[in-house]
Amino acid sequence: MQSPVFRSARGVANWMDPASTLGIMAVAVALLMIGGHFDLSAGVLTGTTALTVGIVAVEFRQNLWIAIGVALVVALAVGFFNGWLVTRTGLPSFIITLGTFLMLQGLNVGLTKLFTDTVTVGGIDDVPGYAAAEWIFASRLNIAGTEFRVAIVWWLLFTALATWVLLRTRFGNWVFATGGDEVAARNVGVPARRTTITLFMTTAAAAWFVGTTLAVRLTSVQANSGIGQELIYIVAAVIGGCLLTGGFGSAIGASLGALIFGMTQLGIPYLHWDADWFYFFLGAMLLLAVLANRLVRRYAQAARR
Amino acid sequence: MTGASSGVGGGSALLELRDVGKDYGTVVALDGITTTVRAGEVTCVLGDNGAGKSTLIKILGGVHRPDRGEVLLDGEPASFGAPREALDAGIATVYQDLAMIPLMAIWRNFFLGAEPTRGWGPFRRFDAGRARKVTRGALAEMGIDIRDPDQPVGTLSGGERQSVAIARAVHFGARVLILDEPTSALGVKQAGVVLRYVAQARDRGVGVVLITHNPHHAYPVGDRFLVLNRGRSLGSFAKADVSRDELTRLMAGGAELDQLTHELERPTS
Repeated sequence: MQSPVFRSARGVANWMDPASTLGIMAVAVALLMIGGHFDLSAGVLTGTTALTVGIVAVEFRQNLWIAIGVALVVALAVGFFNGWLVTRTGLPSFIITLGTFLMLQGLNVGLTKLFTDTVTVGGIDDVPGYAAAEWIFASRLNIAGTEFRVAIVWWLLFTALATWVLLRTRFGNWVFATGGDEVAARNVGVPARRTTITLFMTTAAAAWFVGTTLAVRLTSVQANSGIGQELIYIVAAVIGGCLLTGGFGSAIGASLGALIFGMTQLGIPYLHWDADWFYFFLGAMLLLAVLANRLVRRYAQAARR
Repeated sequence: MTGASSGVGGGSALLELRDVGKDYGTVVALDGITTTVRAGEVTCVLGDNGAGKSTLIKILGGVHRPDRGEVLLDGEPASFGAPREALDAGIATVYQDLAMIPLMAIWRNFFLGAEPTRGWGPFRRFDAGRARKVTRGALAEMGIDIRDPDQPVGTLSGGERQSVAIARAVHFGARVLILDEPTSALGVKQAGVVLRYVAQARDRGVGVVLITHNPHHAYPVGDRFLVLNRGRSLGSFAKADVSRDELTRLMAGGAELDQLTHELERPTS
């Protein structure tokens, strides 16, 4: 890297910020992908939860914490619905969550207009409970004279937690097994259906956390926020080594994928390159990652007869 | 011809099927199947494709309930609604290609669905150290030499995979071990290795049900043979009552095979 600003503490705090909210989602999406599924509704769900927080708090004049609680219930319900439908029908999660993605996109705009007559919910910082919520979701930590957003801390915590769950708990073993071969897993007694539904609900809970962070940090939410992010989460997870076919990957990898994303996103302007090149690099990294992942799979499945 | 003479290996009856049948819609997949699985014996189920072997496995393994007849476990009527229930009753099934998850380490596969844990509450965790050690020990006990329990199962050969799956079932206290075509995808040498582990499981007092379409693999290791054809039993034989050639002929549908032999013979001029 040629820019000294990029390497400075302030630079690091800068590019770790977009990486953090993306990273929280990428870790949850990675768990889901290891379990063999996609969630295209994850991006728009961050918008849905942020809007729910805003509408319940501002339009219904509730304490912000009640609004945040309502948003969590909404998110978990969407996650359960996705997981239940996928396990019930056996249809590809790609198509089912595409359906919920479009439905939520419509609901976000429709309901926001219905309650506010505009496409924005604002004034979240005027609601009781904001100070405490800001401390949890949007405060800044001063480390050695540089301000870091608290989302970075949450991101690191969630990455560590997800890694521990994947590698050191029964549930983690079931996630790998369900994504690796669902029928075989069920045959030895793994509750594959419950595992899948839990994973969808985990992704939804992560979307709730990120949505709440956005709502509290920005204090106003656009009705179209979060749309398009779902593919970025998947890209980060794949760059981090998750197989598209399930059964292999890591939470740390997904976090590194998010970190690379954040560094590229801010690195290109620092280098005074045209920001239009960003997506070109993202696509190239994705292709490289997929090719590398293919080698891993081939190694693991090459039977020596 | 139903030589249901008892007392070959001589163990107690673990599992009994009485007149069991199963339909898929209007198709009769299995009908009137009666047989006994005894401790320390190998019961072979032989049949060509479509004979009803997989349906029988699914009934024994708890995937399907039979539509007719009874399944008796230790003389008591039993009905399994899920593979887990059959497993808890001591009936383990090793499926042909679906025995293991290829991308997972051997020790993770070995304890899949029965992971040992330590700690309490939210800190309850998979005891990986113990799992690794026990896996290595259990495999060694069955005489299976695995270089590294951390390697993914996908790097093992087909015979090794079947052997590990058998060792797993035996380790978890299976009293009845159902093997679905364990040798069909294997070469002669590998098949021999797997059959040796089948014999080992038998010697430990496990009642083995070996499902195969290959009488040459079934005959040396089997004590009792149930031959299926199009969902019906062609008879249940003790080893003393049947020869390998008779078994082959029965399986292929007797007369049909004679006809085929006749058709394929060179015309004698």
